[in-house]
Amino acid sequence: MAGERTGADILIETLVDLGVEVIFGYPGGAVLPIYDALFKQDKIRHILVRQEGGAAHAAEGYARSTGKPGVVLVTSGPGATNAVTGIADALMDSIPMLVITGQVPTALIGSDAFQECDTVGITRHCTKHNYLVKDPARLEGVIREAYDIATKGRPGPVLIDLPKDVQVAAAASLPQPAPYRPQTEPDPAAIATVVEMLAAAERPVFYTGGGVINAGPEATAALRDLAALTGAPVTSTLMGLGALPASSPQWLGMLGMHGTYEANHAMNKADLIIAIGARFDDRVTGRLDAFAPHARKVHIDIDRSSINKIVRADVGIVTDAGRAMEAIAALWRQRGHQKPDLSDWYARIDGWRAVRSLDFPASAKEIMPQHAIRRLWEATKHRDPIITTEVGQHQMWAAQHFGFEAPNKWLTSGGLGTMGYGLPAAIGAQIGNPDALVIDIAGEASIQMNIQEMATATQYRLPIKVFILNNEYMGMVRQWQELTYESRYSHSYSDSLPDFVALAEAYGWKGMRIEDPAALDGGIAEMLAYDGPVMVDCRVAKLANCLPMIPSGAAHTDMILQANEVSGTMDDEAKALV
Amino acid sequence: MMHIRTEAAERHTLSLTVANEPGILARIAGMFAGRGYNIESLTVSDVTEDEAISRITIVTKAAPEMIEQIMAQLDRLPPVHRVRDLTAQGPHVERELALVKVAGAGDHRIEALRLAEVYRARVVDATTSSFVFEVTGGTEKIDKFLELMREVGLIEVARTGIAAIARGHEVI
Repeated sequence: MAGERTGADILIETLVDLGVEVIFGYPGGAVLPIYDALFKQDKIRHILVRQEGGAAHAAEGYARSTGKPGVVLVTSGPGATNAVTGIADALMDSIPMLVITGQVPTALIGSDAFQECDTVGITRHCTKHNYLVKDPARLEGVIREAYDIATKGRPGPVLIDLPKDVQVAAAASLPQPAPYRPQTEPDPAAIATVVEMLAAAERPVFYTGGGVINAGPEATAALRDLAALTGAPVTSTLMGLGALPASSPQWLGMLGMHGTYEANHAMNKADLIIAIGARFDDRVTGRLDAFAPHARKVHIDIDRSSINKIVRADVGIVTDAGRAMEAIAALWRQRGHQKPDLSDWYARIDGWRAVRSLDFPASAKEIMPQHAIRRLWEATKHRDPIITTEVGQHQMWAAQHFGFEAPNKWLTSGGLGTMGYGLPAAIGAQIGNPDALVIDIAGEASIQMNIQEMATATQYRLPIKVFILNNEYMGMVRQWQELTYESRYSHSYSDSLPDFVALAEAYGWKGMRIEDPAALDGGIAEMLAYDGPVMVDCRVAKLANCLPMIPSGAAHTDMILQANEVSGTMDDEAKALV
Repeated sequence: MMHIRTEAAERHTLSLTVANEPGILARIAGMFAGRGYNIESLTVSDVTEDEAISRITIVTKAAPEMIEQIMAQLDRLPPVHRVRDLTAQGPHVERELALVKVAGAGDHRIEALRLAEVYRARVVDATTSSFVFEVTGGTEKIDKFLELMREVGLIEVARTGIAAIARGHEVI
């Protein structure tokens, strides 16, 4: 019939129409019709990963660094289940992602067919929404709605499960369902309340999160404007780094478990906390009954369920982070408020800054991991690099010691804490930003979790740099074992490590090893000078710990600052905390 | 070009006894969704004195050979004790309850009351401009009653879904 197209053609043409330029995927039996449709077109570029988990993380890296949704295409069964970790990761960190999974033909669904799994059931709780499309006539409408849901409101992963017969069958598209329109405009009365609270506050703090980055460059600009207008200090979560330049005098550093002394003490002593696009995660609040006891709290979030979930807000505003900050700044100006005198507040903050909580012992014999990150930052900051990380000590050291001046430059797995995120995320970021310097700061344990993606970088000639801080330990596990289990290092030693230099060369990369502190700067320069992918095995001090640290279940004011405090045991209640 | 075909389906009423434990309803609903089965109606309530066992009545629509598969899939869920296909077993009683809100004035009001009497529906709420009727019966009777009420000002319906039990002294 006229106007009829196959499901596979509907999929590709609708994605092109939505502006999708890149798909990260891996073919298989249940997506062959889609791969054939891909073969016959030249508008969408397909990046072939080496395992479906890599596709999901690459899509995350692409999304986080470009602001555009990441698109994933995988086959049924193991294709879908391999992608699940990346999907769950995107949900936790609010990354816009569209996942297309193949499914066995509709007549075989539920029969335990070859490569069948209940993808919609498995991903129900780790997607923002998901669909099983059994009628090609509905496919275009579903894709458009899925795209809207993934990108609007609080972003997240949306999955479309597409049976093979629906990819082959033809149909004319039915009209779209009603569009998805989350609330984005702030309530003016609540904005007015916040403006007056800000004007009256003596010890205000802006506590910002990944929501400010997700809300786009307008939101970052609005935060910088609002900070300049009010003079209030700013701290941020791991996910929010870069929204305010780290070089700003108002920047307190990251807060929470591995945050700075000044950020956590400012939260503890503040009389007003304005949370913007942040969700009071347990890594941020520490012991809840001791969290910010003197502060009135304003919570601005696009997700209504975030407000009053963990911490009771005095004022809750469901809105886009950027729109809220623009409205606050506009009303502040309209009412003629002047920048308040916060000199007493900054004097106290300077007292906390004087503790120099990020300092670490220097060494001439071995490379201190913190020092390696600082040197890497010094050597690259003029190039505005995109940094990805794996998960563990190296991730926290990168967050603490690398200064982020702009949004979308810091890609890390915050909520889910997925080891193996950094390499595929770097691949996605480099695909989306071909001219950028992209560096994965990694650990020797994490990097092995998705190491197969080195071949993807080779295939697409992506000049990413992987900088491994190799201390031969799952360092964060070892650190917790020191803190909680009297240094019984149960299975936290990275035994039988590969020769990373030889491995790099086997994949067609440049491989390098840096062992001597005197060779660090030269090694970094050599890595940066190479026009192609480089893996650096940087041997660092084996037993360094990530400090400062608020132990699980402790208050913001109970920070561990010195290495010699990291030893001992804990009672069972403390052991049960994450 | 290929097109998607739909298969002929039969309506079956299934009766289950299950352990009254958290998440059991989600397991059953998830199994239906995951395997592509339909749920026309589902009712659940605990039925034993110690609240240990719940009875679930599911009305499903599927091809006959698929009904057998649905029964088998239900039966292999560990918390499910027994599964019976009442439709296949023979004589059984099915009842559901509906609350039906009708608004209007004048002749429509009188007609609504008259029809309610015919269907043995009780008035459980009345204002000068509305009634709420309670009607019980088989699905067909309720469907018919609603069809008539639509003509005399039906504005809202709440239905319980089917509860069913086999005739005679045999128990599930």
